[in-house]
Amino acid sequence: MADAFRYRDDAVHEEPAVTLEAFLAQTDASAVRLESGDDARALIPALDRLQLVEIAFPTFRDGRGYSAASILREAGYAGELRAQGDVLVDQIPLMRRCGFDSFAPEAPVDDEVLARSLARYDDVYQTTVDAAVPVWKLRHG
Amino acid sequence: MYRYDQYDQAIVDARVDEFRDQVQRRLSGALSEDQFKPLRLMNGLYLQLHAYMLRVAVPYGTLDSRQMRMLGHIARKYDRGYGHFTTRQNIQYNWIKLEQAPDILAELATVEMHAIQTSGNCIRNISSDQFAGAAADEVTDPRPWAELIRQWSTFHPEFSYLPRKFKIAVIAADEDRAAMRLHDIGIQLVERDGAVGARVFVGGGMGRTPMIASEIAEFVPVDELLSYLEACLRVYNRHGRRDNIYKARIKILVNDLGADEYRRQVAEEHAAVKALGIDPPAAELERIAAMFAAPALDASAPTDLDRSDPDFALWLDGNVAAHKVAGHAIATISLKPVGGIPGDASADQIDLMADLAERYSHDELRVTHSQNIVLPHVRIADLHAIWTALHGAGLGEANLDLISDIIACPGLDYCSLANARSIPVAQKIAQRFGDLGRQRELGELKLKISGCINACGHHHAGHIGILGVDRKGVENYQLLLGGSGAEDVSLAKITGPGFDEDGIVDAVEKVTDVYLARREGAERFVDTYRRLGMEPFKEALYG
Amino acid sequence: MKILTGNDLGSGDVVWWTGSGWSRHVEDAVDVADHGEAIASEEEGARRVNVPYVIDGTPTPEGPRPAHIKDRIRALGPTVRADLTLKPADPAAGSWVI
Repeated sequence: MADAFRYRDDAVHEEPAVTLEAFLAQTDASAVRLESGDDARALIPALDRLQLVEIAFPTFRDGRGYSAASILREAGYAGELRAQGDVLVDQIPLMRRCGFDSFAPEAPVDDEVLARSLARYDDVYQTTVDAAVPVWKLRHG
Repeated sequence: MYRYDQYDQAIVDARVDEFRDQVQRRLSGALSEDQFKPLRLMNGLYLQLHAYMLRVAVPYGTLDSRQMRMLGHIARKYDRGYGHFTTRQNIQYNWIKLEQAPDILAELATVEMHAIQTSGNCIRNISSDQFAGAAADEVTDPRPWAELIRQWSTFHPEFSYLPRKFKIAVIAADEDRAAMRLHDIGIQLVERDGAVGARVFVGGGMGRTPMIASEIAEFVPVDELLSYLEACLRVYNRHGRRDNIYKARIKILVNDLGADEYRRQVAEEHAAVKALGIDPPAAELERIAAMFAAPALDASAPTDLDRSDPDFALWLDGNVAAHKVAGHAIATISLKPVGGIPGDASADQIDLMADLAERYSHDELRVTHSQNIVLPHVRIADLHAIWTALHGAGLGEANLDLISDIIACPGLDYCSLANARSIPVAQKIAQRFGDLGRQRELGELKLKISGCINACGHHHAGHIGILGVDRKGVENYQLLLGGSGAEDVSLAKITGPGFDEDGIVDAVEKVTDVYLARREGAERFVDTYRRLGMEPFKEALYG
Repeated sequence: MKILTGNDLGSGDVVWWTGSGWSRHVEDAVDVADHGEAIASEEEGARRVNVPYVIDGTPTPEGPRPAHIKDRIRALGPTVRADLTLKPADPAAGSWVI
C-alpha cells in the first residue's frame, strides 16, 4: 500500500478500525471501517465517541463512499474521515469536498499532480459539507 | 439565453486546464487507459470505432450563432467537416484526436461551451423543450430551471461516480416535446396557487429494460427543488445496483423498491438535507430567468404569405409551427434529407443555420431530441427567404414528424457498442417512402432506429421502432410498434422474428399498408395500432 | 488466422499489427497465431497501441479479412460515407465490408 496522508493537525488515531457490526456491539470502540454497502447513518447515535471512520473504496468506480462521508459530516461528525482503497489522485479533490480529510490509497499518489488538482478550482457550484462558498452565494451575498 | 459570468467562465477554464493535464498524463503513461477512461468520459470523449469521438454539450438544446459557428469551425479544423446532432440535444464529432481534445475544449470555452459530463456515470446534459420560450402552451420557460439544475449538477462531488449515467429533462407544458417521461428524472413545471413548481417523475429510461418514470412528487417549490433532487440522487447513489451494468439505472431501483417506497426514502433524505443551505435564494433563478426574457417581437408584424411555390407551401405546412406572438412562427430545419444521414450537418450547413439564426431568429437556435434544428423566433414574413436558403443547402426537407423524419443512432458505422448498422436502414426506408405526398398521406409517424440495446435511437419510443441485433454474426432487425415519447407515453412492442436489411424495409411498408387500409377518421398510425392491437400487423408481416 | 488490432493512443486511428509495428492498413496485418495476447501486452505497456485485442480473420488475395463486420468497418471506414474511408475511390470497398 502507498503512504497514507491526512489533512488534520491532531495525532493519528492508533486504535484499529473495527467493522460496523463490531463497533455497534462494542460500547468502547472509537474507530470503525465502513464497507461500501454499509449504512453510514447507523453511526449517528454514536458520533460522540467516534474518532476515526474509514470508508472503503473497493474500486474507484464505486461512489457510495462519497455519500457516506457527506452524511457523517452533515450529522456533525468532526473526527478523522479516511478514504481507503482504490483512491485515485483525480478523485481526491471531490472526496475533500465530501468531507474526507485523510487518505489511504492502495497505489501511490503523485504529490505534484495532487497539489495542482487541489488548487485548480477557485469556485464551486454547489453547497457541500466543506467550507467552500458556492457561486450562487457569491452572486447574491 | 444564459450568459456566463466570471464564475461560470472560471470554472470552464479550470476544467480545460484539468483535462489538458489528464491527457498529458495519459499520453505519458502516468494514467492507464482504465484510470483515464472515466476522466475522459466526464469530458465527453469516447474511443469509438474509427477514432475518438467528442460529444459537446448544448445545454437544454439552446445556442446562438456565435456558438453554432464555433461548432462548424471545430468540424472543419479538428474533424472531417461535419457534426452529428444527437437525441440528447448535443453534437458529436467522430474523428477526434486525443492530442487535440484539450485544444478543442479551450476553443469551446471561448464561446461559453464545453463537453462537461456529456458521458460517464454522472448527471448528463439537462434537456428541454425545443419550443421553450416560443410555444403558447408553456406555463413558463423551462430553461432557467434547467440552467439552475445544470449548475447544481456540474462537478457535484457526491454524484460523480454514480452506478450509471443520469439523464434529466425539464418541460413546462402538458404536451411533452422532450420525451420527459423516459428520463431518469423528468420534471414538468406546473402552476399552483399562482406559483410555479416542479412535478417530479423518476425512473424512466430506455435501454435493455425500458420504463416510464413514476410521479414521485406532485409539486416541489423552486426554493426546495435542488435539495429535493439532491435527495433523489443520494438515494440512488447509495442504493442503486452496482453489480450489473444492465441493472444499474435508477429505473431499476424505483421499480424494485416501488414508487411509494422510493418516494418515502427521498422524503426522509430530503428532510435531512433541506436545512443545509443547498437551495439558492429566489434571486438566483430570477437572475437566470432574466437572461431568458423573450426577445422584442413585434406582434403587428405582417402575417400574409405567398404560398404559390408548392415546395415552399409543403414546408410551411410541415415544418412551421405557431408562435405565441402574432406575426411570428417556429421553424424546424430538417436534418433528415431523404437518403441522407439523420442528424448530420456539414460545416457549411452549420454556418448557414448560424447565419439564418442571427438574421432571422433573434440569434437563437435549438437542437431537438429528434436530431433536427429549430429557429424559434422567426417572422412569418421572413419564412420564404429562410426556406429558400435552406432549400438551396439541402436543409429544406418538409418532413417534420413524417416517416422519413427518422431518429437513428450512428450504429455500427460509427459506434463500438453497436450490433448492427442503423444509418443504411434509415436511408433505405426514407427512400422507399421518399415521395412527400405518400409521406403526408401516412401523416405523423415517428420512426426510430437503434443499432443496439442501449437504445440511443429511442426505438422503444417509436410509433415504429427498429432494433438492430447481431444474429450469429449477421445483422438482423427487430420491428416494434406502438411506442411514444410524447405525453401519450408508451413503450413499443416487438412484432415477432426479425428481418434482414431489405426485409425490415418491406416490413415497415407492410405495417403502414395495414394502417392505410384500416384507419378511421383522423387516426395517426400509432392510434390505429392502439385501437387494433398487434394482431393485424403480425398477420401482415408473418402471414 | 489471428489478427491483432487496436487504436493509436494519440490519434485514435485504427491500427493493425504487422509483425514489427502498427499499420493503419489491414492488408499489412499478420497472423499472430497464439502470440497475440503477449504482443498486445508489451505494445500496450509501451504505449505504442491503445486497447489492443485479438480477432479472427481469413487470409484472402487482397489481404486479411476480419471475421466480424465490426472490424471490417473499423478497417475501412463508415459504409455510409465512402469519402471518409481509407479507399474512397474503390468501388469494391463497400462490398468487401459487407
